[in-house]
Formats: sequence, C-alpha cells, structure tokens
Amino acid sequence: MAGDMKYKKVAYYPGCALEGSGHAYNRSTKAVGKELGLDLVEIKNWNCCGAMEVKNIDPKIQTYLSARNLSITEEMGFDTVMAPCNGCYHNLKKAEYDLDHDETSKEVNNRLSSKAGHKTYEAGKVETIHALDWIKKSIGEDGIRERVKNSLQGIKVANYYGCMYTRPRHIFPEKDQGPGSESTSKPHYMDDILAAAGAENVDFPLKTACCGGAHTLSDSDTSTKLVLNILTAAEACGADVVATECPTCHTGLEMHQIRAEKVLGRKTNIKILYFTQLLGMALGLSAKKVGVNENFSDARSLLKEKGLG
Amino acid sequence: MSAERLTIDEIEQRADAIIAAPDEDLAPRAEALAAELLSMSEVILETWLVAKGQVPTDDKHEGFRLIALHRQAAKGNPSFNACRETCREAVYHHNLILHDPAADDIARTIRVGAMVVRHLALFIGGKLQADGLGEFCCSSRPIRQADAAKTETAGAMEA
Repeated sequence: MAGDMKYKKVAYYPGCALEGSGHAYNRSTKAVGKELGLDLVEIKNWNCCGAMEVKNIDPKIQTYLSARNLSITEEMGFDTVMAPCNGCYHNLKKAEYDLDHDETSKEVNNRLSSKAGHKTYEAGKVETIHALDWIKKSIGEDGIRERVKNSLQGIKVANYYGCMYTRPRHIFPEKDQGPGSESTSKPHYMDDILAAAGAENVDFPLKTACCGGAHTLSDSDTSTKLVLNILTAAEACGADVVATECPTCHTGLEMHQIRAEKVLGRKTNIKILYFTQLLGMALGLSAKKVGVNENFSDARSLLKEKGLG
Repeated sequence: MSAERLTIDEIEQRADAIIAAPDEDLAPRAEALAAELLSMSEVILETWLVAKGQVPTDDKHEGFRLIALHRQAAKGNPSFNACRETCREAVYHHNLILHDPAADDIARTIRVGAMVVRHLALFIGGKLQADGLGEFCCSSRPIRQADAAKTETAGAMEA
C-alpha cells in the first residue's frame, strides 16, 4: 500500500476554503508534497463543490457540481484527484456514489453537462482521495520516518477528523476493509502519519464528533459549546495540540475557542494545527513555510519550546 | 443519582458537575458514576425518540441499550449517525471505568467519559433546538428533500 506510484502525481482540488480561511492548509499541503517528492496538479477552472448550501437546496445540483470537477480531472488525464477539505472530499465521493447508483442523478448530470458544454462524467473514471490517503499511501509511515529531520517527539496530539471524513459509510467503500485500510468508526491515518513523524498521539474519544460547523452562524452558542467540549476533552486527554485535516473544522475550532473565552469565559490553552503543518515542520520546513503564522491559534511559543519554532 | 427524570439541560449540568468534581469525590464512586453516565446517555436518546413520536426500545444491541437506541434513532435518518461514535465512546468509557475502578487515573477516565456524555447532550440538544430550520448536521439530508427529488431546480435550469 505505501509507496503506491499511482498517488505520486495526482490532480489537486483545493476547494474554496483553501483559497481563503484555510490558506495555511493549502500552503502546508503543497509544501509537504514538494518536500516528499509528490506532485499536485491543480484542476483547471474548478468550481465550488456545492458544500452544504447547494446540497441542502438540491442535492442533484450538488452532484453535478462535483461531477464537473471530476470531468475536468479526467479531461486533464488524471485518474485520481486529491481533496484536502473534508467537505470537498465528501461531496466528490458522494457524487461518485450517486452517479453509480441513482438514475435521476445521472440524468441531471447528463443534462447539465451537455448544457454547460463539457464531457459528462461517468462513475468509476476518477478516484477521489483525501490528503491523508495521499501521504499514507504514497509515502507511508516508513517513508516518513526516513525523512524526518525534526522529530515531533514530546508533542502530544489529539487527532480530530471531524464528521465528514468517514460519514456516511456507504460512500467510502474503500474504508473498513481490514488491516491497512482506514476505519470509519476509529479513523487512524492522521494518527499513523503523525506518530511516524515522532508525535505522541493521545487516546481521544471525540475524534469524529460533531463540531457544530453546519450551525456556526445560525446557532453559534451550540457550536461554541460543542467546540469547547472537544477542546477541553483533548486537554483532559493530555494533548498539547489538536491536529486537524479539514479547513472547516480547523476554522471552527479556532474561532469558537476564542468565542468560548469571550462569551462563556472558558479559556482553553490547547493549540490547533493542521496535520500538514506538523508534518511539514517534522520534515524540516520552517513554521513560516507551513503557514503557522496564519493560524488564529498561536502555537509559536509551544513549537519553539519543542524545538520546532 | 438516577438519570430517569433529567432533561437534556439537566444532564449537561450534571456532566459539568462531574467534570468539575475533585478526584477524591469521583474515585470512590467510580462504578456508580459509570452506570450514571451510561444512563444519562440513554435518556438523551430517549428524549430525541420521544420528541420524534417514537417509543424508545428496551432492546439491547451488542449488549447495550444505548447502541440499540442509537440504531432506532438513526433508522431513516442518516444524519443521526453523526453521533454514532459518540454513543460507542460512551459505552467504551463505561466499560473502561468498570474494567478497573481502582485505577490510579480513574478520576480522569470518569471526567473524559462525562465529556463524551456532554457532547451527546449538546449534539442532540442542538438538533432538537434546530428542528424546523433543517437538519443539524453537515451530512444531513437536504431541507427540501421531497422537492429536490423532483429535481425542480435542475428542471428550471433547463427551461
């Protein structure tokens, strides 16, 4: 599985968040890829995946939007697209599933693709992977250990995957396939990658728990309480850092950490970093190179203390 | 303490109290607290089911009523799977406490278990509050699923 040449050069779908609030994730993902000798080729003229907003109004349109990105990927000659955002990853996988199982989705996709003047995407032509799959399957833990220059030793990490990386189970047929595959109930790829980079992962019970992201604007207080609970649980488990692999989760954790202090008077000291930032620093990249200075959660003193500043 | 008559808000407050309690209050009552935390988790799901007009099951799945209640609530409602692992973690922490109630770090285990229950309370409480505004979940079914099935929007674009 590790060392899979198929994933050495893949199409890249950053999605909208990585061009805005998740810029540090984009930056660190690209920097890590470069350091590991992996190529990312951004999809030309990509569009929004439909996120939650379009899906909540018409899921067939959402399927089409993701199908268009998959169509462009195929037209560019790629059979694999990597999406580092859980929302984008989820929607591409869902489109793949719907186009394979739902006649109405196929019909709408045919109609809109024809109207838009591009090739109609057919299920099975492109494999969607997450940034975690990309690193785990192309480089693997042994490959990471060989390349580590600044071990993450001494950093205790609670790995937070969020809810969309593994749900709903049926759109991720490659998961839960036994040893080596990702688990939908206890995901571990981020744990594996960061452990290989020297980090000490803590046993964290809320790694796939809801952060209230969908209601961050309409019901901010619930979102703040959910995030606060995630952060306090991570601290209670002994973590210094919550590692994230999704820009929405990451931003939600950062923003509601600040809001919890302001609105609820509850301060948590745990730092929030993208897993690509931690991995990048372990590979010898500077904190600035992986965008640590762009995070709201200021981890610089912790990283300096651990010899990674 | 029985969780039988507690509301979700009261469960949240009870979880807060357990989390804030000193080690010496928690450790001697580890087994009772394990049972209480599991019972509170069941009450949270019962509250959801009753609000949805269902009769909460008394069955057990994998040896636990909580898992059976989750399965009942998730039937036909995929967004409810967003708390599947939280329910399983509640069972896991119950078992972990009972596995070695005299463990040196038992108070910490109880507190983390209470945080799991608090998360369940917050999630289900949020879902109940937001009902009518749409599903409280990123993986939810769409608000206008019935309309969407007719692909009205797609039809409109075609027109």
